[in-house]
Amino acid sequence: MLDQSRTDALGDALYDALTSGKPTPKISALEPDSDIEDAYRIQLRMLQRRLDAGDTVIGKKIGLTSRAIQDALGVYQPDFGQVTQAMLFEDGATIDLGTLMQPRLEGELAFRLKSDLMGPGVTVTDVIRATDYVTPCFEIVDTRFDDWQIKIQDTVADNASCGVFVLGSAQADPRDLDLSLAGMVLEKNGEVIATGAGAAVQGSPVMAVAWLANTLGKLGIGLKAGEIILSGAQAPLMAVADGDHFTCEIAGVGKCEMRFKGEAQV
Amino acid sequence: MSFDTPKTLSDIAIERLAERVETAQRYATPIHKLTEDYPDLTVAEGYRVQTALRRSLEGRGQQVIGWKAGLTSKPKMAQMGVSTPAIGFLTDAMERPANSAISVSDLIHPRVEAEIAFVTKVELSGKVSAADVMAATDYVQPALEVIDSRFSGFKFDLESVIADNSSSARFVPGGRMVRPDALDLRTVGVVMEHNGQIAQIGAGAEVLGHPAEAIAMLVGVLDDIGETLPAGSFVMAGAITAAIPVKAGDTITARFYEMGSITVTLTD
Repeated sequence: MLDQSRTDALGDALYDALTSGKPTPKISALEPDSDIEDAYRIQLRMLQRRLDAGDTVIGKKIGLTSRAIQDALGVYQPDFGQVTQAMLFEDGATIDLGTLMQPRLEGELAFRLKSDLMGPGVTVTDVIRATDYVTPCFEIVDTRFDDWQIKIQDTVADNASCGVFVLGSAQADPRDLDLSLAGMVLEKNGEVIATGAGAAVQGSPVMAVAWLANTLGKLGIGLKAGEIILSGAQAPLMAVADGDHFTCEIAGVGKCEMRFKGEAQV
Repeated sequence: MSFDTPKTLSDIAIERLAERVETAQRYATPIHKLTEDYPDLTVAEGYRVQTALRRSLEGRGQQVIGWKAGLTSKPKMAQMGVSTPAIGFLTDAMERPANSAISVSDLIHPRVEAEIAFVTKVELSGKVSAADVMAATDYVQPALEVIDSRFSGFKFDLESVIADNSSSARFVPGGRMVRPDALDLRTVGVVMEHNGQIAQIGAGAEVLGHPAEAIAMLVGVLDDIGETLPAGSFVMAGAITAAIPVKAGDTITARFYEMGSITVTLTD
């Protein structure tokens, strides 16, 4: 276990990488013995620096939800990060790649809560009843390290590799559709580039949100009414480039779209 | 695709190749791909072999009840260097009921795919659009296809696979029938479970952007080989996920958004 001065220093280094656009060495390389708890403390420090600079937390993201990513990292549980006001873009937004380092795009379902969820003991029924609506969403993941060859403590420390996200304007009541079988279609410049379904996320996005509530509950943290929860990628990560136009459509919910311009920093 | 290339293989040679494929199918014994003996075999000749096979099976009392499109995903097409699907015919003898046991002892190396099937209500012929297909569709429903290449090690080229009826072996209609305009087929999610574990996930748009696009292209290929698609045909649009290799004792369940599910158990 790393002492607090060390996790603070590593969190500061990640914050500096985020603000400067210059990558920082991986935690797994600098501190090979670090564990996931250390990584969450580093994440918390990086977040605190953002809040000190005036940002606010508006929700959470769940990562490492797909079998393929879990196999790649050898970690068989999800992780989470915090999403802030500064990361939020509206449906149809154009994102300047110059504000990101090594961005990749994911299509997923986001939940907006209408009541608090406090674990442990949160069930899928609790999640459905606490959900105001679900909406299609792009998460632009990013890494503040040298490259994407990262380990579990790296991605956790780096806010679960969250970059920015685009929230759809289409909304559906989760009681009106089968979130596990609802198909997702990702299109880039008018061509289908990937398809998936909610089942790709821990069997169902609702399961992933319940996992998050229960995991946070053990730490004494609740999910709050009004928070937005990004539930996890339903298809593999996609490369992005200047001029690309993406749509993400989910059965029974609707479509979200976005564009990219410029060049990434790394 | 143009099929008016000159005939290089005699009708007798075509018949012999069809017999070779039919024997491999009937006795579940693998053969080498046809291009090993006929390296210049063309796609048009592949379809001539397939047609000879169809005539032979009809002569034995099988009835052609529909067609299937294969190679309908963009990655598979790129891999095979084609721009249209490969098609194959379906007969009543290939049909198996949903939620039942299917023998694999008479198959070589079976694989299972989840698809959306179209049942037509008017004849489709010539070059048609996806909209024409939708207008000609009575209903759509889930289907499983058991494919089985008759070639050793599933190693084949486009010409050989077409001669082998595009690997058609068994098909299983099931789930819930839906009017074609009642659901956006692009976003129909499909989850395939292999022995209770999620094995494959996809959505309808995986098939050429929309499954009806594959049916339209299939009708175009039928036109190229001098056929039409009669009313009442059962037509499978192509795999929504990668094929799952199966063996006796396995269970496959495919669940479709708003269209129910199909389970099959494989037995000796």
